[in-house]
Amino acid sequence: MCTVCGCNDTQGHKHEAGQVHYGKGEAGTSVAGMSQQRLIQIETDILGKNNSHADRNRSVFSKNGILALNLVSSPGSGKTTLLVETLKRLSGKAPASVIEGDQQTSNDADRIRKTGAAAVQINTGKGCHLDAHMVGHALEKLPLDPGSILFIENVGNLVCPAGFDLGEAVRVVILSVTEGEDKPLKYPDIFASADLVILNKTDLLPHLDFNVEQAIAHAKRVNRKIEVIQMSAKTCEGFDDWLGWLEDARERQALRDCQTKAAE
Amino acid sequence: MHELSLCESILEILKDRAARDNFTEVRRVCVDVGPLSCVEPDALQFGFDVVMRGSLAEGAKLEIFRPPAEALCLTCFKTVPVQRRFDTCPECGGEALQVTSGEELKIRELEVV
Repeated sequence: MCTVCGCNDTQGHKHEAGQVHYGKGEAGTSVAGMSQQRLIQIETDILGKNNSHADRNRSVFSKNGILALNLVSSPGSGKTTLLVETLKRLSGKAPASVIEGDQQTSNDADRIRKTGAAAVQINTGKGCHLDAHMVGHALEKLPLDPGSILFIENVGNLVCPAGFDLGEAVRVVILSVTEGEDKPLKYPDIFASADLVILNKTDLLPHLDFNVEQAIAHAKRVNRKIEVIQMSAKTCEGFDDWLGWLEDARERQALRDCQTKAAE
Repeated sequence: MHELSLCESILEILKDRAARDNFTEVRRVCVDVGPLSCVEPDALQFGFDVVMRGSLAEGAKLEIFRPPAEALCLTCFKTVPVQRRFDTCPECGGEALQVTSGEELKIRELEVV
């Protein structure tokens, strides 16, 4: 580094007679007592790398006509049961595959594979969320059938997955009625980033004090556009609403893919 | 504790920049963390010290700036300050607010040697 002006140039660097230049270094400015090279303005998004992996995943989905869903919830909301029942009903109608995220074990992927759907388990170890890079690698192990649905079951956690785009078209929060109706207010970031709330285990409502209207109002307060489906993955009440919603999402995705291709 | 993986991302960015901008040590990292960015500043600070250990930024100072969060009130159409996603409009009490800023999560500036 040039000790006179702080320029980066170490070879053939000249200070012209009669000229003192400041503001040509990295920072474009001068701070007394600090050489220019030492202050660097970078304006870099901390999640930039994850977002570029997410964009890459999104273009893989688009190219193959795949609808990708990121399913998030707290542990025990019934995500895997919901997924197993969904896959059984989609069987023979729409090809589907699953990426399962858990800290440890392949129990969930094993449950999914029993339905006949392809599944890849990601174990995050101590990690509390899936990121787009992990999903990109999981995609290498999946068939990626054209027109299929890919369910990405995130690690059970309502906090950490919120900021990590995986490249999905749709983010779904599953909230079971055994949790509090104020969850959307307690964990607003995840609800703010979601497209749909599935209010699950509604078969248990007669035994609980859960206020459905209030839960929906709280979710809408955090995210005006969020849609809500009430269902029970166990008794299958409300299941047709969910399957219908999935079909609509698939059609919307196909339309978007067509537009992307036309634009190219 | 996703703040830990965000600190890993910060370290990766520092390493990339070190190669590009020819520095070997980082003394200070200034970040903007919006109040609606789903990051807890204390957890980020804790994770930063742990993750930077043994790296080019060991012992570096993390300065966290909190840019204000604002939202457009869809009732009175004013831009108003907010603290949380479910705040109501301080002008008219409207509940329909569209967040316009406060989700920032970026490295603004580095002090390097």
